[in-house]
Amino acid sequence: MIRFLIGKLAYLIPTFIGITVVAFGFVRLLPGDPVLLMAGERGISPERHAELSAQLGFDRPIVVQYLDFVMGIFQGDFGTSLATRRPVLGEFLTLFPATMELAICAIILATLIGIPLGVFAAIKRGSAFDQISMGAALVGYSMPIFWWGLLLIILFSGILGWTPVSGRIDFLYFFPNGTGFMLIDSLMSGQKGAFASALSHLILPSIVLATIPMAVIARQSRSAMLEVLSEDYVRTARAKGMSAWRVVGVHALRNAMIPVITTIGLQIGVMMAGAILTETIFSWPGVGKWMIDSISRRDYPSVQGGLLLIAGIVMIVNLIVDLLYGIINPRIRHS
Amino acid sequence: MKFAHLAMVSALAIAAAAGAQAKTLVYCSEGSPEGFDAATTTAGTTMDASSDAVFNRLVEFAPGTTNVEPGLAESWDVSEDGLEYTFHLRPGIKFHTTDYFEPTREMNADDVIFSFLRQGDPESPWADYIPGTTYEYYNAMEMPALVKEIRKVDDLTVTFVLNRAEAPFLANMAMPFASIYSKEYMDQLEADGNMAALNSQPVGTGPYQFVAYQPDAVIRYKANPDYYKGAQKIDDLVFAITPDPAVRRQRLEAGECHVMPYPSPADIEAMKANDDLQVMEQPGLNVAYLAYNTTVAPFDKPEVREALNMAMNKQAIVDAVFQGTGVVAKNPIPPTMWSYNDAVEDNAYDPEAAKKMLTDAGVENLEMEVWAMPVQRPYMPNARRVAELIQSDFAKVGVNVSIVSYEWGEYLKRSTDPTRKGAVIMGWTGDNGDPDNFLAVLLGCAATGDGGANRAQWCNEDFDALLQKAKVTTDQAERTKLYEEAQVIFKDQNPWATLAHSQVFMPMSKDVTGYVMNPLGRHSFEGVDIAE
Amino acid sequence: MTATVKPQSERARVLREFWFYFSENRGAVIGLAVFLALIFVAIFAPLLAPHDPIQQYRDFLLAPPSWQEGGASQFLLGTDAVGRDVLSRLIFGARQSLIIGCVVVFIALVGGIILGLVAGFFGGWVDTVIMRVMDVILAFPSLLLALVMVAILGPGLMNAMIAIAIVLQPHFARLTRAAVMAEKNKEYVMAARVAGAGRFRLMVRTILPNCMGPLIVQGTLSFSNAVLDAAALGFLGMGAQPPIPEWGTMLAEAREFILSAWWVVTFPGLAILITVLAINLVGDGLRDALDPKLKRS
Repeated sequence: MIRFLIGKLAYLIPTFIGITVVAFGFVRLLPGDPVLLMAGERGISPERHAELSAQLGFDRPIVVQYLDFVMGIFQGDFGTSLATRRPVLGEFLTLFPATMELAICAIILATLIGIPLGVFAAIKRGSAFDQISMGAALVGYSMPIFWWGLLLIILFSGILGWTPVSGRIDFLYFFPNGTGFMLIDSLMSGQKGAFASALSHLILPSIVLATIPMAVIARQSRSAMLEVLSEDYVRTARAKGMSAWRVVGVHALRNAMIPVITTIGLQIGVMMAGAILTETIFSWPGVGKWMIDSISRRDYPSVQGGLLLIAGIVMIVNLIVDLLYGIINPRIRHS
Repeated sequence: MKFAHLAMVSALAIAAAAGAQAKTLVYCSEGSPEGFDAATTTAGTTMDASSDAVFNRLVEFAPGTTNVEPGLAESWDVSEDGLEYTFHLRPGIKFHTTDYFEPTREMNADDVIFSFLRQGDPESPWADYIPGTTYEYYNAMEMPALVKEIRKVDDLTVTFVLNRAEAPFLANMAMPFASIYSKEYMDQLEADGNMAALNSQPVGTGPYQFVAYQPDAVIRYKANPDYYKGAQKIDDLVFAITPDPAVRRQRLEAGECHVMPYPSPADIEAMKANDDLQVMEQPGLNVAYLAYNTTVAPFDKPEVREALNMAMNKQAIVDAVFQGTGVVAKNPIPPTMWSYNDAVEDNAYDPEAAKKMLTDAGVENLEMEVWAMPVQRPYMPNARRVAELIQSDFAKVGVNVSIVSYEWGEYLKRSTDPTRKGAVIMGWTGDNGDPDNFLAVLLGCAATGDGGANRAQWCNEDFDALLQKAKVTTDQAERTKLYEEAQVIFKDQNPWATLAHSQVFMPMSKDVTGYVMNPLGRHSFEGVDIAE
Repeated sequence: MTATVKPQSERARVLREFWFYFSENRGAVIGLAVFLALIFVAIFAPLLAPHDPIQQYRDFLLAPPSWQEGGASQFLLGTDAVGRDVLSRLIFGARQSLIIGCVVVFIALVGGIILGLVAGFFGGWVDTVIMRVMDVILAFPSLLLALVMVAILGPGLMNAMIAIAIVLQPHFARLTRAAVMAEKNKEYVMAARVAGAGRFRLMVRTILPNCMGPLIVQGTLSFSNAVLDAAALGFLGMGAQPPIPEWGTMLAEAREFILSAWWVVTFPGLAILITVLAINLVGDGLRDALDPKLKRS
């Protein structure tokens, strides 16, 4: 197991170096520059422009800037945001819990609905339930979620007035940012109604973000289940007179879950992309919206730091999925 | 229904909480501030969050106008030659007492001097207190060249000595960059090695004091109990950061916020019709224009520029793009600004005559570029749409237009290139309400060339002489005359097609009282209340 | 004789068999029908559209659909903020979406196959470098990476397509490489090699046809991803630029009207959904027909 882990880690080092190059290089290639945006319509003389660029360190050789960036990372310094003049890492860490809260809720929602849907569809293969739920899953899988989010807002917030339009909690409630997870913080604050408010703000964004993973998980569970059900040992168990439910519960489900867990892990990366759109639509103050804003305001340090941190997180999640997979399915480790 | 139940529970809880809690005003602001140091910013969003809420200046713009009135200075004297401004400070002004700072003394001349010195002195530890700090407005208003010395006469008297007479100086002193900071607080931050906190935990003398900021989400303030004009009626002020105008509207209608800026033009009619809302409006201190490059043929000929202006159906453009939120512009300054010359007549829309003028000028089969900015600006809801409309208008007089756009930073830069081909859609929002801040900045000879804001590259000696004279004249009636004359020359020469002045709208809940719109586009909540 | 050159009747038999399995899947057939209809609409857009998609009818700004009160009969699905016919824009938008899908899949497929073939066949450090680069690309959320790339290249349809293709191509590279690795040492390849087939010829004529199945399935998947991602980029203002009638861009332009003019928001999104759904249905059918394991289950 240890050797497996070390092997995996060694494998990640070149990828990580690649990521730093991409994050840094892409950002340097962005056209336009922050000094110009600062000057706005007023314009800026070439001399003053050079002066400000020097002050921001953009005039040094590109390799020096890159090495500075990499050295900084190892000291936990991801640079200072040009837009807010705060450390990029600090900025990221204040926003990341919001994204994580949303992503966790979405993945829970997707799993709790997706797996049973897929499993039952497989058991009742060909039934109306199978066809309807798989049809729905395919629609969900094909959904442009930015449009889906708008529709839900129009319906639930606009017409019915059931859920708040956007944000994380009603502004009447104010308590210190403990864990950064609004659901937990609101509970701990002891303020009446705070938790309900936080929850009601979370519902629509979670549904939107869960839509595609839910569909993928449902489809994956169904086909994994079908595969297992067709295997010899299940057939044998069935032939021996074991009840269908018992077969499913004891043998099939456990084995079918192996590929499903991988799928769930892989959905984390997909969800980071979904989070960009979901957060934009619901004004959810997470890292996805922050990245979009940072790109549009040419906040170099934030974009490169954010790219790196997000890619790093996706990488670590994938590693954990790999390890988990190795634990559940020992065959993998030795092949 | 699960959702309904949940929503009801939370609505009840909110109602219950509201009864017990303090009076809170929620403002759905349009973006995140860069921080809370008003001296370092050029962004309106940051000014709203810092200078208007937290700080005061020696002199202030009277609410709803660009007239200068006493602020932290009770009164001021100007010397005969216009070179010395002496401010008499109001006694007993207290800085905010917060979790992070407790003032031990009242505001005095040292605070005033320090507030300006840190911006002008490159040796000051505050010159670059966060990597990349710049004092753009201090530089843009030419303060380094203008101010010779700032002298402390006594604890409550400060004299600014200038290098030359400059009529707009007093208005400059009411601008956000001239906010007065606590020297005591800044010294404490410096001693603690925590200078960056100046930008994240502001201490001022203003109507509200800072409580907390969650990036991209919420800024919280509470009323300053020691405010020199008396404590505000609102206990808590909340900025709910909501960049999308459609979402701002939804939040306002759902009662999640009380006031919102920058509504989408298409929504205004419906919001006016909503009985729970009131929509305040006033002309913005801005102009949108199409600047020809007057140094490139055939646009170097005034008659060609005039002909093109006549080919443009400006009323139709303003109707389609501004949808009732703008008026056609004929002068480079907005109608609400003093010295606006209403006697000037705009180029009449006459495609036939325009076509003939172009032929007479020897211009045929003209191919030109029209540049459209990629972003929304306060003076321009949709430049792309304007360009498309100009394109079809110009086609009718035989001019073939291709529309060009660049990323906003590139656009700003390339549009100042003296060799630029084509006409560029641009605009301007006033900084201090002085006509000089439009005419000299955008059309003066000094602003031509690479990086300058004179994107028409237009340098007219007569026009420029009038501006120079007006700048050193202190008598406003005389200045008015000079600027009126300048506007006549402008229209005669047509370096721009003046497009529109936008109307500014502020939708808010019917319960909000005492809100006054700021002609400079700031958003201040001083004196605002919520009716029960 | 190599394994690929099959007699005419053999090829026909394969096709017949394929169609048999494909047509068993009702959803796939419906999807195919919708997709063919879309192609038809895209090709004959100028004939089908009642109006020019960028013509502005300035007397009909934001006119509602014709069946609604205040609607004009000549604008079936209403008009947008500058008076353009929504239906015509949707019809021409089908062109954009199909072009996006085809171009992206083409670039990603060709790029991915070449990289995968090279990596799989040569192995060693070439393989390592190529696959590490693919890992780096896959480490970023695809939309985020595409967004940054478009920001670099400048907003526009072509740049959006290039960015999406780059983000999608590692999947093809990985698939091809895996197939090459699996097939490389099989007998028929060895035989071809012994018979003196060149490396290039070997790769293209011998190995490639045997991993076509998964590539086709991945191709349809990428097609729908491309349509979705391009729409998302358009929605974020980084894709096709106005006045091009691209569905995502139309949605972005319409967003300010979500409460006042439902038709400009609803229809473009519906068009995206239907297109992507149809392609995914076809993709499912293809997978069932091409994947022998699922076929029998």
